[in-house]
Amino acid sequence: MQIHLSSITRLLGYATVFGVAAILLLGNAQAEERKPIRIGFVTFLSGPAAGPFGVPAKIAAEAIVESINAGKVPSPYNTKGFGGTPIELVIIDEAGGTTKQVSEFRNLVERQNVDFVIGYISSGDCLAVAPVAEEMKKLTVLFDCGTPRVFEEASYKYVFRTRPHATMDAVGAALYLKEMQAKVKTYAGINQNYAWGQDSWNDFSAAMSVLKPDATITTSQMPKFGAGQYGAEISALIQSNSDIIHSSLWGGDLEAFMLQSVPRDLYKKSELVLVAGEPYLQRLGTTIPDGTIVGARGTHGVFAPATPLNAWLKELYKAKAAGVLPTYPVYSTALGFLGLKAAYEKAKITKLSASIPMGANKGVKDEMEKAYNVGPSEEEVIAAFEGLSFESPSGRMVLGLGKGHQALSGTAYGMTKIVDGKVTVINIRNYPVDRVQPPEGMASADWIKSGMKPSK
Amino acid sequence: MSQFLAIVVDGVIYSSWLFIIAVGLTLIYGVMKILNVAHGSLYALGAYAASSLGGYWLSGGHAPMGSYGMLVIAAVVVGLIAGPLIERGLLRFMYGKDEVVLVLVTYALFLILEDLTKLAWGVDPISIPEPYGLLGNVDIGSLTYPTYSLVLVGVSIAVGLALALVLNATHSGKLLLAVIHDREMSSAMGINVGRVYLVTFTVGAMLAALGGALTAPTISVQPGIAADVIVLAFAVVVIGGLGSLGGAALGAVVVGMVRAWAVHEFPQVELFSVYAVMALVLIMRPKGLFAVPEARKI
Repeated sequence: MQIHLSSITRLLGYATVFGVAAILLLGNAQAEERKPIRIGFVTFLSGPAAGPFGVPAKIAAEAIVESINAGKVPSPYNTKGFGGTPIELVIIDEAGGTTKQVSEFRNLVERQNVDFVIGYISSGDCLAVAPVAEEMKKLTVLFDCGTPRVFEEASYKYVFRTRPHATMDAVGAALYLKEMQAKVKTYAGINQNYAWGQDSWNDFSAAMSVLKPDATITTSQMPKFGAGQYGAEISALIQSNSDIIHSSLWGGDLEAFMLQSVPRDLYKKSELVLVAGEPYLQRLGTTIPDGTIVGARGTHGVFAPATPLNAWLKELYKAKAAGVLPTYPVYSTALGFLGLKAAYEKAKITKLSASIPMGANKGVKDEMEKAYNVGPSEEEVIAAFEGLSFESPSGRMVLGLGKGHQALSGTAYGMTKIVDGKVTVINIRNYPVDRVQPPEGMASADWIKSGMKPSK
Repeated sequence: MSQFLAIVVDGVIYSSWLFIIAVGLTLIYGVMKILNVAHGSLYALGAYAASSLGGYWLSGGHAPMGSYGMLVIAAVVVGLIAGPLIERGLLRFMYGKDEVVLVLVTYALFLILEDLTKLAWGVDPISIPEPYGLLGNVDIGSLTYPTYSLVLVGVSIAVGLALALVLNATHSGKLLLAVIHDREMSSAMGINVGRVYLVTFTVGAMLAALGGALTAPTISVQPGIAADVIVLAFAVVVIGGLGSLGGAALGAVVVGMVRAWAVHEFPQVELFSVYAVMALVLIMRPKGLFAVPEARKI
């Protein structure tokens, strides 16, 4: 075979041009890589939800981002930033209602140019924003809202939820009562008269009718959100002589209800079940009567497993919140950021693996990794996020519902006991995911009514 | 204890709370023709100030009974500072303007005060539960009620009677009634209408703050409480007739009793019941139960 000198020269010329172009392109890419990833974080900074949920979530988000950027999160999250790229926050107040939140979301995407959005505590805001996120093709992580309707009534490509939905709160409470309070014959409820309170009561009473079919409902009180005065409701509950009082009250409503009901001896006859009671253990202190059954909407707070990730979150939050221990909104925030980080880095590794030729030696791999050190596209992050399984301070989360967009996990319940003037939680029972969450493709209400068969 | 007695006692307690928060609103409207949306903010300021002052008193190791005095002092201080500040600093420039404009002005003020309370006290709930339990409990039938709730009933009646007495049996009250009846004529007759407005708004602000201060021991004081009460207060004064003291009392009793009955008998319609009554009253008497017929001016 003859090789002409002119052909070699031409090939060298092409190689030089290609090389220069590649260097320029990679140089640009690396410059792009240095630009921080902007994350819009939406949480209540005002209104009744700010104190118990919104502001703790904001404090947690800022601390978590700082820790992630410094590479101080325990394994497997110990790379700096998201795959080496620092992240920065744009924080927005969630107060103001759904219409305002839809506008704020558009602002975040179009004016603030965020790469991802993590947010929303209110179920109403989640339901309103999810279709808009889909329309605007912006990867959005719902971090705290609980309504199962988000993925049971619609299907989304760009929307994920990194915490389990609220069905397990009601089912877990009913399971706990069946195990720990076998003699329950009557039960009553006091829940706020909006979606969260009504869903909680409906799910709980449906679960009770399956697990404790002989127990009867005495009264279901539905005061308006922010009612403040519960005198008549407390009288009605006392007169109902119920063994159990179920409540999903939260924030100032829960605190006011406790302040008004404890002096009236409501709990001499009845035991209280607070499905979202965990954040108030520290605040209410000894006001909470012994034997109150509390949940944390998952294995958060006092129910979180003893892992390095949990220890990291506790220390991180305590340092930023004057020694206050993290409650479940803080854990939800961690789930949002760590879930997105896990998906981003998985997508990046997948991209790199696809770029490196098979059989390349380590030196070549290292050089190519440096050269191709660019972030994954939004589509690639979505592909990595779907069905993801990731570690968190609350244990392992698996995005196993909503076609791989909705997280699943077990839950836990316990009972309060005052020890040395401090509230402790005893008799903790953990419930695995298949006992408290419906299987894929089945609506929560239908699953409960059909007998809550463990999902596979 | 019969269900009926429980409904009556719960209804009376709730009515007295409603009256305290609504009476200042109706007084200000009656005299100044201002539907003061910021009334809720003054209630919230009273609650925050009472929590802070009462908490300071108790944490200082002073006699717990003194905390009741702190609640009242907090309300008076809020009224004496916020009342004149708002009336002289803002509202006096708006007199003569359409009532809708004044509603918008006070709504703006409501938003500003909401943010100011957040700046001053933050978003974390604060509470001062001690005064609620200090007086012990009273058994009525098979139910136990905190004595504090029954004291509130007494305070509410005393406030209503004192206002009625001042309005109808004192010189100042008669001047005020004259201004309510005809502002221009009163001015022409030498009544210092500006001063009447200032005093009225200050008293109204003080009553709103008193409502908040006396409620503070029973709730967790936090952002948002202003909006929660203003809607109820509007329902009460609209049922009774805007500007009528007797109307506010009757409105409070109607709302309180209907709500207590709904909670005991039909809890699923509790939220609806209050506004259903309001709608019914307005269908039959569009200006409220105690609305005074207006003389047509030519």
